[in-house]
Amino acid sequence: MMTTLLIDVFLLCLLVITALGAVMVRSLLAATLLLAIYSLLMALVWVSLQAVDVAFTEAAVGGGISTVLLIATLVFVGRREAPGPLIHWPSAAAVIITGAVLIYGTFDMPRFGDPAAAPHQHVAPHYIAQSMNETQVPNFVTAVLASYRGYDTLFETAVIYTAGLGLILLLRGARTRRRERRR
Amino acid sequence: MKEQVLMRVMAQLLAPFILLFGIYVIMHGELGPGGGFQGGVIIASAYILYSLVFGSDAGERVFPARVSDPLNSLGVLLYASVGVVAMVLGGAYLDYDLLNAANPPAGQALGIMLVELGVGITVSAVMVTLFNELARAKRP
Repeated sequence: MMTTLLIDVFLLCLLVITALGAVMVRSLLAATLLLAIYSLLMALVWVSLQAVDVAFTEAAVGGGISTVLLIATLVFVGRREAPGPLIHWPSAAAVIITGAVLIYGTFDMPRFGDPAAAPHQHVAPHYIAQSMNETQVPNFVTAVLASYRGYDTLFETAVIYTAGLGLILLLRGARTRRRERRR
Repeated sequence: MKEQVLMRVMAQLLAPFILLFGIYVIMHGELGPGGGFQGGVIIASAYILYSLVFGSDAGERVFPARVSDPLNSLGVLLYASVGVVAMVLGGAYLDYDLLNAANPPAGQALGIMLVELGVGITVSAVMVTLFNELARAKRP
């Protein structure tokens, strides 16, 4: 119990430091790599919360793919941030106010892991007790994602498909037009 | 990075195992952590590693756009058609019980496996497309 708490506090401190570093640093490449570290730390936090499926996604998408995509984007925008003041006060105010409202919102949340909390009383007991009988799938996270909440996952996949389609139309289309104009 | 022996050898050595692990994660989403999304991303990362080391032209030869474009849609199509099949068999859309009317839980397991496969196909193809388009966008 004590060890878990220590590990959690340690991870959360590292998360804050990495996030601040990513905001403060001037080199966009360094910021990208700090974000990758942030994702990997976040994956560790998910593991500590026993949400291994989410941890897996965070490590694969946040730490892996989005880092590569951000680095590919740096080819367009350059490696250095445009010079300017370190703190942009209007955005800082917006961030601080939004953050304060969000933290205020957490005061109404049920205690962490409270079995009497509303989300744990609704459909979750049914999934935990019945998913093995109803679907023969031992990992009920997968059963919930693919079967009980099949519509959600279908449209999430459609969102990813649309992102790919948009990129093909925008970037490949622009390249084809450039090539034609040159002819 | 093609001229660096270490990178070349490691990429060649690792890429097949990353692919295998990706397929394992997709197919074993029912048993352990993972599923179509994570597995799809892992498969794409094998391709991205290969492309980064050997250049995007070599990557293009392995996985050309005329293959990855149809795969983008194929995954969503597979997912959506599992739902349509359930409807044709007399159930609600995406009601996998009907895929094996004699044993509904087995139908559920089959449906879940098929839609996870669909998610994996679309996610890996879209990630490959994203990487390819961003890597080539600056080219004439």
